[in-house]
Amino acid sequence: MSISDRSISYATALYEATHQEMSRDPSVFVYGLGVDDAKGMYGSTMALHRDFGPERCFDTPLAEDAMTGVGIGAAIAGMRPIHVHQRMDFLLLCMNQLVNMAAKMGYMTDGAVKVPMVIRGIIGRSWGQGAQHSQALHSFFMHVPGIRVVAPTTPYDAKGCMIAAIRDNNPVVFMEHRMLYNNQGIVPEEPFEVPFGQARILSEGDDITILGISHMVVEALRAKHLLEKVGIDAEVIDPVSLAPLDIDTILRSVEKTGRLLIVDTSWLHCGASAEIIAQIYERQQGSRHFLARRLGYQETPCPTTRSLENVYYPSAKSIALRAYEMMGNDVASWVPDEVEAVEIAEFKGPF
Amino acid sequence: MVNPDNVADVAALYERIYLIRRVEEEIIRIYPTDKVKSPVHLSIGQESVSVGVCSNLRSQDIVYATYRGHAAYLAKGGNLNKMFAELYGKVGGFASGKAGSMHLGDIDAGMIGTSAIVSTSIPLAVGNALAMRMQGRDVVTVVFFGEGATDEGVYHESLNFASLKKLPILFVCENNFYAIYSHVRDRMPDANICERANAYRIPAKKIEGGDIFAICNAARDSLAAINAGEGPQFLECMTYRWRDHVGPGEDRHIEYRPDSELDRWIKDDQVARLAGMLDAATRDKIESSTNSRIAAAETAAEESPFPDPEIMYTNVYQ
Repeated sequence: MSISDRSISYATALYEATHQEMSRDPSVFVYGLGVDDAKGMYGSTMALHRDFGPERCFDTPLAEDAMTGVGIGAAIAGMRPIHVHQRMDFLLLCMNQLVNMAAKMGYMTDGAVKVPMVIRGIIGRSWGQGAQHSQALHSFFMHVPGIRVVAPTTPYDAKGCMIAAIRDNNPVVFMEHRMLYNNQGIVPEEPFEVPFGQARILSEGDDITILGISHMVVEALRAKHLLEKVGIDAEVIDPVSLAPLDIDTILRSVEKTGRLLIVDTSWLHCGASAEIIAQIYERQQGSRHFLARRLGYQETPCPTTRSLENVYYPSAKSIALRAYEMMGNDVASWVPDEVEAVEIAEFKGPF
Repeated sequence: MVNPDNVADVAALYERIYLIRRVEEEIIRIYPTDKVKSPVHLSIGQESVSVGVCSNLRSQDIVYATYRGHAAYLAKGGNLNKMFAELYGKVGGFASGKAGSMHLGDIDAGMIGTSAIVSTSIPLAVGNALAMRMQGRDVVTVVFFGEGATDEGVYHESLNFASLKKLPILFVCENNFYAIYSHVRDRMPDANICERANAYRIPAKKIEGGDIFAICNAARDSLAAINAGEGPQFLECMTYRWRDHVGPGEDRHIEYRPDSELDRWIKDDQVARLAGMLDAATRDKIESSTNSRIAAAETAAEESPFPDPEIMYTNVYQ
């Protein structure tokens, strides 16, 4: 096997990026609840404390608020901290530090200080994660100037975005979906950066643009295959980076297809999908009529039981049906094949 | 040990404390012209804490403070011209007017920043201390905060972590009894702030009466312990805010605190105390040169232009 077609998992890609950057730059350190435990954050921080010492990879008290501030203070003092949260929901305990300090210290000192810090948030899903272990909070952070937000989907982007995030001089909220962790993909062994603000067209098509966010990219690609069977050619876009957002690539696609379906891995109200559609509309100013629809979490907290959880999330099938409808078809006229989301079906917890 | 009988020691302290008092008196004088046009939280009455602690610091040492930060900034050796220009919202300020009084910070002076969200800068100071440890640098971090900050959860989380890691940091609580108008007795079952620090295994000392010499010497001992590798140290300095929580005014008319309490603290004014310990010639020399500096800073701030609109968009990202 040559280096160029080496396939690794999303979790390994994160691990490899972190390990390589810690080797390259002694100012990089990793901390957070459980980063040095035997499970190593699903493998993404496995044994870093042994390779780099307990000073550079350490567990913390259960104090997300202060520990975020500690990272900000260390970053201002020249370090490059990576703060890991096993569930993104816990970032709500860090909001004051992230919004009032991390996002603003550079501005309030007019550039005299910078806050090069990565905040990793892992989104849970499936196997009864429930209302407080399943939230994707990217839109909260997209709202605030001074914070970058990335949500890579592929192992390639996971590695390249992590390296770019560590090297970036701003706070970067790095959103990872638990259901992506076992995904395999081709990833170069040598370090590389995926630049922020560049969307990826994962699959070209002429009929409709389907933009997925995080894990919903995977479901959107499955939906594309379903749609092919009824002669619909979908273009699937992964924005990869949400702040900055590459609206130009999305706009070009919508100008080609005239249809935009956004599938978010979160709620729709005031969310990323609303922002993207607003920006597309503002840029177009009616120069070309386009259809826009959105799918995302149901407007409820996430239920724990599987029978409701299955309804709560968009699926390849619900995405395909919505796209089919946007093509002017009667949804009653098509029953898409069942597609198993293998990463969800095979997930057995316990966490 | 700072010696009250040593004229040079007293003169050095007086020079710094007089500067801070006079700067804030000038802010009071200027404020009605609306040239500042932003909230100010005056340190008048509390200057001895910043001056006493910072008189022990080296230029490489780092300070974090609060929105009531004029005293800490000037005590740490902050740039007077840049401060006035910043208060005026001019490009001559250290942040081109993007920060203002509530967000004083000047890396050149070793004061990284302040926060208007109570307690929020405390973990950043702890992070600074952690970074100094990791980088092997001979730097002590000092963080100033009010007793109100000790109500916040993040304060307790920060003390716990600093002690756990035995970080080189000095916590300085400026206990002025009031969070805006809310007395500490209405916020804590017992204002046992030192005892709480002790519970985190952080040695703590309480200094009564705003006594500048006692603060100087306690800080000196604390810093020696930090430099000896004994981990974080804690000072609770009792002090008193003469003016309103925010703005230049007095606040007797609100009647949330007894006049007699305020009058007692005014009687123990540390600025007057130091002035009284110097001969007239030494005092006059310090005062006249300080007043010239302040006048020059005001003039420079007046003459500095407001930032152009495009400045707004710079340094959002670094």
